Amino acid sequence: MLRHIKNALFPFALVLAAFTGPFVLEPFDLVNLSAFSAMAIAALGLAFVWGTLGILNLGHSVFFGVGAYAYAITVSTFGDSTLAVLIGTMLPIVFSLVLGSCLFFSRLGDVYLGVITLCVTLIFYSFMTSTADPWFHIGPVPLGGFNGITAIPSLNVPGDPQAFLSTEATFSICLLALAGAYILLSLVRSSDAGRIMTAIRENELRSELLGYDIRFYKLLGFALSAAIAGFGGTLYTAVMGFVSPNVFDLPQASQFVLWVIAGGLGTFVGPVVASFAFQLLSCQLGANQVFNTELIFGATIVLFVLLAPQGLQPMIVRMANLKLTYRSGIFRRKEKPA
Amino acid sequence: MSGFPILATRGLVKRFGGVAAVDGVDLVVDAGEIRCLIGPNGAGKSTLFKCLTHQHQPTSGHVLFEGRDLQGLPTHLIARRGIAIKNQIPSIYANLDVRENIRLATLRRKLTKRELDRAVDLVLAEIGFDNLLAERPAATLSHAHRQWCELGMLLASDPRLALLDEPTAGMTREEMLRTVDIIKRLNATATVIVVEHDLEFIARLAQKVTVLHRGKVLVEDSMERIEANETVRDIYLGRKKDAAYAEG
Repeated sequence: MLRHIKNALFPFALVLAAFTGPFVLEPFDLVNLSAFSAMAIAALGLAFVWGTLGILNLGHSVFFGVGAYAYAITVSTFGDSTLAVLIGTMLPIVFSLVLGSCLFFSRLGDVYLGVITLCVTLIFYSFMTSTADPWFHIGPVPLGGFNGITAIPSLNVPGDPQAFLSTEATFSICLLALAGAYILLSLVRSSDAGRIMTAIRENELRSELLGYDIRFYKLLGFALSAAIAGFGGTLYTAVMGFVSPNVFDLPQASQFVLWVIAGGLGTFVGPVVASFAFQLLSCQLGANQVFNTELIFGATIVLFVLLAPQGLQPMIVRMANLKLTYRSGIFRRKEKPA
Repeated sequence: MSGFPILATRGLVKRFGGVAAVDGVDLVVDAGEIRCLIGPNGAGKSTLFKCLTHQHQPTSGHVLFEGRDLQGLPTHLIARRGIAIKNQIPSIYANLDVRENIRLATLRRKLTKRELDRAVDLVLAEIGFDNLLAERPAATLSHAHRQWCELGMLLASDPRLALLDEPTAGMTREEMLRTVDIIKRLNATATVIVVEHDLEFIARLAQKVTVLHRGKVLVEDSMERIEANETVRDIYLGRKKDAAYAEG
């Protein structure tokens, strides 16, 4: 029971923030935090596929980007954002199933998988930057090359393309979506399928010898993470109003990895908190232009790997436990009798 | 199903480059047996086990399980047919607790939640783990307990045929005796083939012993007769020139 309450604490805080935020924050902050939430959702996808299933996907940003572009093109063509969000979530699933089939059925090792996925996202980057010619268009929407697609309509009331949501409502939706993604992934992780995925991360051979089809579970987890990333991409594009090939580039790809490492591999709360913290930092650094943002991030990732290789969340949990043990001393709760 | 031996191999060959680790093995094991497989290092025991579960693809020959050819099946489907294996190198979920290890092995059996919990508790009792031990990550267990944890996973998966590759390696005599009990329990519902070197262990378990040598079945008999067999003594001690060559 206690554990359930503890697990519900984080999504509850997000929901609380979703409803109180519009009353206490400036519109500028609301927009920023909406975008951060969208990014955090995508980061959760990586936290799941890497932390639970053990697939080091260095090109997680490709699904984020595909979702972002799919939203941009669909909403610019048809006008309704609901359909666009749906397509932006589904398309990465299809793409991940194709890519995943190639990767998992050929039984590639971890490192090769990371390298190939990273190459895939960079290929997308390279392609998208070379689409400046008006010949590259989908429907009425030109892909726009390096400049990407601009003036993308934001979220609207489902079914009514003219009724755009306010900044406040969009903020609430983004935070609720983050809470929803967190709950969904937590439920999947603690389900039987999720526990089998954990088992596959722990020991592939043993799982296979017990009769589990590891390729099936990897494909399943990969597709789920892609859907989450694509969903994050759609929200990000809806909030920002533009999308450019930068969603596929190296800094973007490495940021997701950085957040998961910093937050703690195998945890969900950590990567979300880390993604907010680093995006906030990035905003501040970008605003005063004193330091190179990437240099700072690079240094941070090195520091984390050296000093807190398990990431923030496990570190904090361990410190809290130590303190509790120390404080409660002899009054510590006895082990339940066998 | 009856009428067929539970396992039959026909001319099974596994080559690694120019070396035939398994060189035409014809092995027949009847349902309900505990069969011991012995042979000097390099005789092809572990390779044979890996061929049976398609961890290695056999170069040629057939494996018939309950009369059906396993050819072309991937490892996980062989496991689903009912063949469980403990490789020579222990393979458990080191960072998960013992109960979760056992539970993951039970999960494939399509039980209700209540039956599943009961089945896990039963297996934990059968391998002699109390609640305190069951909550520990498998990595923190002693060597023997890790072996038992893996045997427990085999028990929990309720196989028809269990292949055990050196289950008592590195155990004390007391631990070996406890392992004998666990394997006897396993044998109550499954046929067992076990690779071992410990003579007391073999004497306590096996009705029939198969000796492998240089990838081939050398002789198949009861333990007393095997112990008296001159050829077997020769290959173990490397007495003949020909046998010594095989060891190198």
